[in-house]
Amino acid sequence: MKKGYKIEVDCANCANKMEDAAKKTEGVKDATVNFMALKMIVEFEDGAEPKAVMKDVLKNCKKVEDDCEIFGI
Amino acid sequence: MTKKQKKMLIRIIVAAVLMILLHFIPVNGVLRFICYMVPYFVVGYDILKKAGKGILNKQVFDENFLMAVATIGAIIVAIMGEGDYTEAIAVMLFYQIGELFQSYAVGKSRRNISELMDIRPDYANIENDGALEQVDPDEVEIGSIIVVNPGEKVPIDGIIVEGSTALNTSALTGESVPVDVTVGSEVISGSINMTGVIKLQTTKDFGESTVSKILELVENASSKKSRSENFISRFAKIYTPAVCYSALALAIIPPLVRMLVLDVEPMWIDWIYRALTFLVISCPCALVISIPLSFFAGIGGASREGVLIKGSNYLEALASTKYVVFDKTGTMTKGVFEVQGVHHSNLEDSELIELAACAESYSSHPISKSLLAAYGKTPDIKRVTDVKEISGHGVTASVDGKQVACGNSKLMKSLGISYRDCSHAGTIIHVAVDGEYMGHILIADVIKENAGSAIKALKNAGVKKTVMLTGDSKTVADSVAKELAIDEVYSELLPADKVSKVEKLIEAKAEKEKLVFVGDGINDAPVLSRADIGIAMGALGSDAAIEAADIVLMDDDPLKISKAIKIARKCIRIVYENIYFAIGIKLLCLLLGALGIANMWLAIFADVGVMVIAVLNAIRALMVKKL
Repeated sequence: MKKGYKIEVDCANCANKMEDAAKKTEGVKDATVNFMALKMIVEFEDGAEPKAVMKDVLKNCKKVEDDCEIFGI
Repeated sequence: MTKKQKKMLIRIIVAAVLMILLHFIPVNGVLRFICYMVPYFVVGYDILKKAGKGILNKQVFDENFLMAVATIGAIIVAIMGEGDYTEAIAVMLFYQIGELFQSYAVGKSRRNISELMDIRPDYANIENDGALEQVDPDEVEIGSIIVVNPGEKVPIDGIIVEGSTALNTSALTGESVPVDVTVGSEVISGSINMTGVIKLQTTKDFGESTVSKILELVENASSKKSRSENFISRFAKIYTPAVCYSALALAIIPPLVRMLVLDVEPMWIDWIYRALTFLVISCPCALVISIPLSFFAGIGGASREGVLIKGSNYLEALASTKYVVFDKTGTMTKGVFEVQGVHHSNLEDSELIELAACAESYSSHPISKSLLAAYGKTPDIKRVTDVKEISGHGVTASVDGKQVACGNSKLMKSLGISYRDCSHAGTIIHVAVDGEYMGHILIADVIKENAGSAIKALKNAGVKKTVMLTGDSKTVADSVAKELAIDEVYSELLPADKVSKVEKLIEAKAEKEKLVFVGDGINDAPVLSRADIGIAMGALGSDAAIEAADIVLMDDDPLKISKAIKIARKCIRIVYENIYFAIGIKLLCLLLGALGIANMWLAIFADVGVMVIAVLNAIRALMVKKL
């Protein structure tokens, strides 16, 4: 299952870091962060609960870039 | 400017003013240090804070950390040396100016592009007891009647049930000539109603309407990343740590060598200063921002021209197009059959068409439609009696008492009438009156006006070979190909043959040369997906085509193909300019820094200046109007 989230992040490299962090989160099959559109598209593993997974994603993203936000979780 | 940006700007101005003032105030010793720390913290406190958090989260190589280390290092060097703190503060100041500029420029182009794509309708008008009510387009059900006033955007796809008007579809197609529509016409959302009030019966949900599909496609386009973008993010991951370790090495190894091997003064301060300049240059910002920005701008500019590109990767591939394969019908030709000419007629041309149109007036065959269209009037059916339709041959009928036979050569043979063959490609309708041959009418598909110049433009754009594939007969295909100067033509192909032909062409070419297939998206979806890049044209309102293709041309002008290639080339050129420029300047500054020639001022230019230039260059990709 794929879902898109609006994000806020200030620099392009930070967006790349968020992408890496999201990809490494458990329950996430693949993730892309589009800095220009300020969008994160997350593909979840089968059976993963998006809400719970996204909380971890946000936590991991905060670790690499303190100043980021993911909306609509 | 956003609140965040304004706050930053104020901090920058305050710090800059303080620095200038301090330059004229003669203070020394500890007081001097304290005075200079004020502007330093004003402009850089958030960087220091983030750097601290970064260390706690084990994110050592982020730019905040680098800037913090570089500036604190420079301050320490200043304390040990002659006490010039301006350099450290200036590095922080310019870094922040660069960050501010970057966020401003990115925000600006983000808005620019969304304005370009400003086709999202805000409301739909629903008539309620004679009064108009504005509702969210999402809430309008299929089959509802909506009213569109002049000046408003059509919110949802539908069919006109009342009124007629001219529509401006330029936001969708880039075509500025208005389209006239009236009762029964299908209207596509996103077009702007120009003259009259119309009532529409909606045929789709808002989410399924053209405008939503297009917006979704453009918004998601830059998520499909190009090779250049992936290269840059990989490069950034290696570059920063590499430069940091080199900085460490530069700070330690040369002084040790001088001290232990050469037995001269180690000059620790000097080498540490050089190492700090390294850190300032190590931020990959310029690259990391300018590459996706170029693609975003390129895709945005293209969509303004009616060329929807579904991903940065396709834009990149399109730039190296060497082979263009076309479908014939609907792509190079209009796909409608029209009377092209009347030959060897013993009567007036119009008279011959009138007779043929009358004789065929009862037929539902496509040919009779073309004849009626050429006649331009509705034939008086009272004039026509005794109609006999002979399947696969044609029609005989009595028109105004004259015996008219109208059909192909088989019909003429069976009636024993001698006829003259046509040298042109197309469908030939022979006409005989009272057993006497009166000439023939040529009906053929019409080549699009821009088709010839489109092929020429492709050749000028560096396309090696153009190929046309068609299910049509060899004579027709060959004559079209000859007229348009297409290099290769394969005719009488079934849809599956088209796929295997494209596969053969792909095998025969070099890996780096890309093959584009252009079709109308109606029954060539397999070929569209098999080609390196599939372009569907005239796709306005055709969901299947939008799904299957990588690039969608909103109208059916073949000139747009070369335009799309030119846009892609420009965008990729900018991307490469930025890659070479940014990496080149940075490496040069690293080298000069290591040799002790470059100071921190040059280093900050290598970081911020390069980024500013790269961003400005990236925004050029948006300007595609004149290509």
